[in-house]
Amino acid sequence: MRIDKDLVAASATPLVLGILAEGESYGYAILKQVNELSAGQMRWTDGMLYPLLHRLERLGYVQASWRVAASGRRRKHYAITPAGVELSAERRRQWAVVIDALDRVWTEAAAARAAATLVGPSR
Amino acid sequence: MTAVPGAPDAGLETQIGHWRGYVQRHGVISPDDVDELEGHLRDRVADLEQAGLSGDEAFLVAVKRLGILDEVSQEFAREHSERLWKQLVLAPELPEESVTRPTRELVVVLALAVAAAVAIKVPELVGLDLTEDPAWYARNAGLVVLPFLAGYFAWKRRLELLRSVRVLAAPFLLGALVANAYPYADGGSTEVLVVIHLPILVLLAVGLAYVGVDWRSHPRRMDFIRFTGEWVVYYTLLALGGAVLVGLTLAGFAAIGLEISLFFGEWVLPCAAMGAVLVAAWLVEAKQSVVENIAPVLTRVFTPLTTLMLLAFLVAIPATGNVVEVDRDLLILVDLILVLVLGLLLYAISARHRQAPPDLFDRLQLLLVLSALMVDVLMLVAMLIRITELGVSANKVAALGLNLILLANLAWSARLSVGFLRGRRPFSDLERWQTDYLPVYAAWAAVVVVVLPPAFGYA
Repeated sequence: MRIDKDLVAASATPLVLGILAEGESYGYAILKQVNELSAGQMRWTDGMLYPLLHRLERLGYVQASWRVAASGRRRKHYAITPAGVELSAERRRQWAVVIDALDRVWTEAAAARAAATLVGPSR
Repeated sequence: MTAVPGAPDAGLETQIGHWRGYVQRHGVISPDDVDELEGHLRDRVADLEQAGLSGDEAFLVAVKRLGILDEVSQEFAREHSERLWKQLVLAPELPEESVTRPTRELVVVLALAVAAAVAIKVPELVGLDLTEDPAWYARNAGLVVLPFLAGYFAWKRRLELLRSVRVLAAPFLLGALVANAYPYADGGSTEVLVVIHLPILVLLAVGLAYVGVDWRSHPRRMDFIRFTGEWVVYYTLLALGGAVLVGLTLAGFAAIGLEISLFFGEWVLPCAAMGAVLVAAWLVEAKQSVVENIAPVLTRVFTPLTTLMLLAFLVAIPATGNVVEVDRDLLILVDLILVLVLGLLLYAISARHRQAPPDLFDRLQLLLVLSALMVDVLMLVAMLIRITELGVSANKVAALGLNLILLANLAWSARLSVGFLRGRRPFSDLERWQTDYLPVYAAWAAVVVVVLPPAFGYA
């Protein structure tokens, strides 16, 4: 199953912040983690992650620093800031509402269908 | 060539080198960001090779997963608009246009410059002489030349003619009405206030044209701030060069016994001053990517010097005696100093790399703003005492209003910079505050120009 790109875009910020809340990380590792978390079903265009990270940095939700990796190359690491933690919590509450509403509407629809089959076609 | 153990092969290195060159030629992605992308590319290649792909295959897949370069670049450009500022002009929009447009632009600019130069001599046809009625020229000079500048930007941003006239005409018409319909008293202070504030109001119309009537866009507003700073620098340079040339020409003609200073004063100077407005604007637009912006460099030099001056001033005021007895001219002077401080702040902000962590210069800048605030509070007290003692006048209202506006801006800027230095706020808050504040200046200029003259009997 491929996830619709609007949904991917909408969930990108909370996902990145959630991953960084567990500890600082860098672009490629973040992408790999997204891939694992979604069992390979959420495919991002790799290059698009970086403008998003830079935007979060500019708005003060994450902080970046250059480190030297084991391979000897420079690597830019991102760590979440207190403002980022706040935003992440806020997003989590919002998504909870959305997921809850979706869940309800779908269970109600399923219940209505089940009821309809029990009673049989009306008239 | 010896291969480093564990490093990718030479073929892969060449391919990555080519890729890197290609990305950099796009110009939007900075070297640091390319480093970051390259690191990503290498990680992906290494993982794919481990999964059994050959170097070539792994490279192709990794590049493909990075996304279509144009789209990724565009995303980068949207995020880093301050870099885009350097490519606004020279980046060709269409290949076939890239050759013809610069020459056509030069023709348009020169035509507008000549038109502006002619326009300043037109009033003479109805008997308004520069030497006999300099006050009329002082009130109207901005109104004469700035429509041409607004027209240049409207042309350059390809604004629809009807829409741009509808949006841009209002400030010019209002200005023309105020400058000419009010019966100013001879040598009155309200007239001087109008001469000072009207250009600010009309500049708003130019700014609207500059941002392509997209006045809600804060990055575009910041671009306009950058433009004004560079424009002042170029205009000053042109004026200096012009002055040297005029001096030499006058001396040369005087040496052969021809007196031409009258002709120069009546024709060459006013026409050149008007034409230079457009030429300077064109230079700013055309040379953005050739020269590093100059205004921010100047702010770096003058921020510490101005801070020193303000601190010396703060020490000197109490040392000379009573604050209340400060001269009225001094109050206006202090307003000008605060305008300078605001300018230093504004142009430093406009050029600052947003992601850079706070550095020494940011601290210096906070010190500058704080010392300016102290001077301002001192002056406000002095001004209030003067007003309660001697009553209000147009000059005092204008000076007081400007002072309050600058105080509000600088106080909030100081708060935001403290937050930024402590790492509690992103730098973009400070930037946003300044672009948010721009309409306040225009509104205040409108109040001074429209309301104050009738309120004080045009005196």
